Amino acid sequence: MADTERTFFEYLVYVSENHSPLDFMLVADHIDKFFYGALLTIEITVLALFIGGVMAIPLAIARAYRHRWLNAPIFGFTYFFRGTPLLVQTYLVYYGLAQFDFVRESFLWDPVLSSPWWCALITFSLNTAAYTTEFLRGAIENTAKGEIEAARACGMSPARVMRRIVLPSAFRRALPAYSNEVIFMLHSSVVLSTITLQDILGVGRWLNGRYYLAYEGFITAMLFYMALVFLISKGFRVWEKHWLGHLRARTAVEN
Amino acid sequence: MIKKKLTMLGLAGVLALVTGTAAAGGHGLRVGVEGAYPPFSWKEADGTLKGFDIDMAMEVCKRLNRECVLVEQEWDGMIPALLAKKFDTIIASMSITEERKKKIDFTVKYYNTPAKLVAKKGASFDGTAAGLNGKRLGVQRATTHQCSAEKLFPGAELVLYATQEEVWQDLAAGRLDAQLSDSLQAYEGFLALDAGSGFDFLGDAIDDVECQGVGAGFAVRKEDSALRDQLSQIILDIRADGTYKAMNDKYFAVDIYGN
Repeated sequence: MADTERTFFEYLVYVSENHSPLDFMLVADHIDKFFYGALLTIEITVLALFIGGVMAIPLAIARAYRHRWLNAPIFGFTYFFRGTPLLVQTYLVYYGLAQFDFVRESFLWDPVLSSPWWCALITFSLNTAAYTTEFLRGAIENTAKGEIEAARACGMSPARVMRRIVLPSAFRRALPAYSNEVIFMLHSSVVLSTITLQDILGVGRWLNGRYYLAYEGFITAMLFYMALVFLISKGFRVWEKHWLGHLRARTAVEN
Repeated sequence: MIKKKLTMLGLAGVLALVTGTAAAGGHGLRVGVEGAYPPFSWKEADGTLKGFDIDMAMEVCKRLNRECVLVEQEWDGMIPALLAKKFDTIIASMSITEERKKKIDFTVKYYNTPAKLVAKKGASFDGTAAGLNGKRLGVQRATTHQCSAEKLFPGAELVLYATQEEVWQDLAAGRLDAQLSDSLQAYEGFLALDAGSGFDFLGDAIDDVECQGVGAGFAVRKEDSALRDQLSQIILDIRADGTYKAMNDKYFAVDIYGN
């Protein structure tokens, strides 16, 4: 077929298949799958961060004040989840628990533990809860003594001091560390594809597998992750400006 | 010990690549194998590779008078790794299909067994497109079965795995309604074991030459046609002189060469 007889679209497909290091038309053909993959990645990451974050607040308080009964078990929990790889934790929940008959026959099996989606959400939530607990504990412990004394002198109850003074300033101090945790969580979410979920990487691996490709699926997946990280760090910068504005260096007023 | 030796050989392979003398005669033959597909290829606890594919590779190297360097490779990266010259040939039960031939070349087949569905004994559905509609169907990624499953059972919810062993685990755990794979591997690697006792084949052999191809062959890069012809001849010799039967009978009750 002579070039002139080709439509522009056919020409693009031809170039993509024969003269391009990356078959971009094939990727374009399946780009909708990548967007669905991105939705799943975002869904699980956001839910896990939310659940883990909510869990982390009471755990961090108990740790910071060395609660007599709770401190040790919470430390054990965070030590375990921060000391082992998320991939292994996820395998343990997904493939490990499924080995036991009593788990498969329990009421938890059918709606929850049989589903990779739930297994991932549970593991990811516990994992991020462990990390968040520890740096939130550090932030709580670093609260300036004077602030607390002042609050007590104003007649605030300990609970009110916690709610009005300690936690708000601890959140502010923990925010930069938290933006890292969010990005790490997004990166770690590639574990989803190892337990059959079609997240961004899962779709990339599907594409590679379906057409026996080496990197089209991976590069497309990378671009999606990069775009997400860009949005997250942009979002945190705005948030930090809003919350930590009082700490910014003042610019001198010009004459 | 063996691992160390393999590492050293791997290093030598890398060096050979760097100096541009890889894959010339006299050097070791680097064979890409999977190691997660019993009884064709699996890994013992001590790290040694065993199975029909491994025996085949060893026999081929012996006849080529070249040392065998077994390179383990995850299945879904097998063809890219061959193209990237991580090894010279793939001996890993890879089916000869038209789609793969766009990228790589194959020897003649060294065995041919049909693909079949496996499901719980007495399943309430049958192995047709209608029967599998809405069912969770497991397959190993980047296999002929992924191709067949997408084509023949479009209504099924496709669940993809990195290895066939993970497919069996999830089928046994009840996370899948059915799975599609090589019938012989299904029998030897699952149905004949305790884990597979509650399961059976569902329906007849899959009739889909477009996806399934014409049997398993050794894969080589397209430019290595001399190696391809050499390997093809060796396969025919192994089949003709009775060596094949001995290797076959070590693992299988039936002749897997096919017709």
